[in-house]
Amino acid sequence: MNYQPSSHDFVVENREQKTFFVNREVFVSADVLEREQRAVFDHCWIYVGHASELKNPGDFKTRPVAGRPIIFCRDREGAVHALINCCRHRGALVCREREGNARQFYCMYHGWTYHPDGRLKSVPGADAYGAAFDTGEMGLVAVPRLEAYRDFYFANFDRDAVDLGSYLGGAKEYIDLVVDQSPSGKMQIVSGTQEYDIRANWKLLVENSVDDYHLISTHSTWLNYMRNSGVNVTPPKGELLPTRGFGRDLGNGHLTTDNPNYRGRPVARWISVYGEDAKADIDAIRNELVSRLGSARAARVADTNRNLCIFPNLVINDGSSVTVRHFYPIAPDRMHVTAWALGPVEETEAQRARRLHAFLTFYGPGGFATPDDVAALEAAQLGFAAWREVPWSDLSRGMAKAPDQQLATDEGHLRVFWRKWSELMGARV
Amino acid sequence: MNEIVGATVSRAEVEDLLYREADLLDSWRLDDWLKLLTDDAAYYVPPNDKPDADPRFALFTIADDMVRLRERIIRLKDPNCHAEYPLSRTRRLISNVRITGVDGDVIAVVANFIVHRFRHNDLQRVFVGHYRYKLRRQGGQLKIAERRAILDAEELGLLGSVSFIL
Ligand code: FES
Ligand SMILES: [Fe+2]
Repeated sequence: MNYQPSSHDFVVENREQKTFFVNREVFVSADVLEREQRAVFDHCWIYVGHASELKNPGDFKTRPVAGRPIIFCRDREGAVHALINCCRHRGALVCREREGNARQFYCMYHGWTYHPDGRLKSVPGADAYGAAFDTGEMGLVAVPRLEAYRDFYFANFDRDAVDLGSYLGGAKEYIDLVVDQSPSGKMQIVSGTQEYDIRANWKLLVENSVDDYHLISTHSTWLNYMRNSGVNVTPPKGELLPTRGFGRDLGNGHLTTDNPNYRGRPVARWISVYGEDAKADIDAIRNELVSRLGSARAARVADTNRNLCIFPNLVINDGSSVTVRHFYPIAPDRMHVTAWALGPVEETEAQRARRLHAFLTFYGPGGFATPDDVAALEAAQLGFAAWREVPWSDLSRGMAKAPDQQLATDEGHLRVFWRKWSELMGARV
Repeated sequence: MNEIVGATVSRAEVEDLLYREADLLDSWRLDDWLKLLTDDAAYYVPPNDKPDADPRFALFTIADDMVRLRERIIRLKDPNCHAEYPLSRTRRLISNVRITGVDGDVIAVVANFIVHRFRHNDLQRVFVGHYRYKLRRQGGQLKIAERRAILDAEELGLLGSVSFIL
């Protein structure tokens, strides 16, 4: 009779009754978004970019990070920076291009220039400033903390945050499973960026990125494509998915799915979609893995699919192909998504083409799956207009089972995100 | 080998093909649309930030060979293609059609497009850009061997998904 809570908290968990509810106000409220920006995004490690995006000294990319305009760049000595793209004089962007190679950043408003490491280089008419004016202090402001794990760079706007390695905790192992696909341990972001908005709250994409419960209903046309292409995607009797995978808590709000592969992998499991002539090549990739990592670890890398969420807003999906995507709210009901393909630097032209083909069949705004995810999230957001009358989302799937029995089609791993979010956001009132 | 353009095809004939294509796509007669394509046709939507990229080396929005394009049509006709159910209403305006070259039996064509897209419960979206076609004559009929829809938008942003045939 009292299944749903009368509590006013955002996240209501009852371990005895095996219930877990999220109040839908968290998806529609401007006040909640403002609090998230301070309590979540200003204290967590937020993804900035990948080292491979900055090949040469002077290379830069501009992009928002936690709502700030950032220049992600490599200086003349090769060091990587994340500089706040805001002129120290009167605030204009000092770099208005998407990407490029810069000898200096030139503010077009009054002409101050900055070195690629952020130091102030020149000020037109510098003699008009008083004796206290110190060019040494007036460089571009760097993000308070910038650290990398295996070429993935993260920023933290909290100077006192724990180091990135401690923050990532159990997620490091799952990043390793991706990076170890490269013989040299070097992955690269492939040229070509997918940037699109979803008219839904950003937290819905966290849930969706790791939620395997929706696969059969949301992605039946992709499953049809796989079936038509000769891949066995029929679930065994009593199962929701072709293989039985798990949802895992990686600590600190990070989470992943961990599924036996059925959908093929460029590294390294052949499926009919790749064509007969790809078989030998996939075998060769597999043999390299086994000789470098041993057969057990090679199987771990090549025979599983993992959708990894690094709290709060980075997703690395190692599924049909590897995609790195992050997203940021620009309103309670709108997020901006940026997605890339990631692959080993050593890949041949044929291997890279196979990776990109596999990517596009599933992922991205023109894929056979992602547009339907977007449709699902936008349908949910439209439903939330009635959050006062229908206030609770139910995330209790699997709660009646032991923690190590949480399937990828359960919601145990989604609850990991919500517990961390709730901890950072504090009480509702 | 460039030949004299007028000898093989007229702009009027090219325009007739492109207008017919636009009509078939706007009216969702997708099987009939497939018949306008050669058996080895390709359909590309390059990434917004790298409009001149090569699909072998860059991540596109769409890079279909004929096998996947046929599967895309199967998907689009399925009511479980949620991004296109109910179907979008689209209206395409094709203009500035130019024959830019002839190389052997391949006729290169450029045209501008504006595609308006309307959906129930959704924003009105306007896709603006240009097409680059490669056309070939097959059995006397002018057919599409490659179509590349290049968007002017710096990023997809509020255009969202390219779930219909652009
Ligand atoms: S605002 Fe940059 S030089 Fe004045
Ligand atoms: Fe999905």
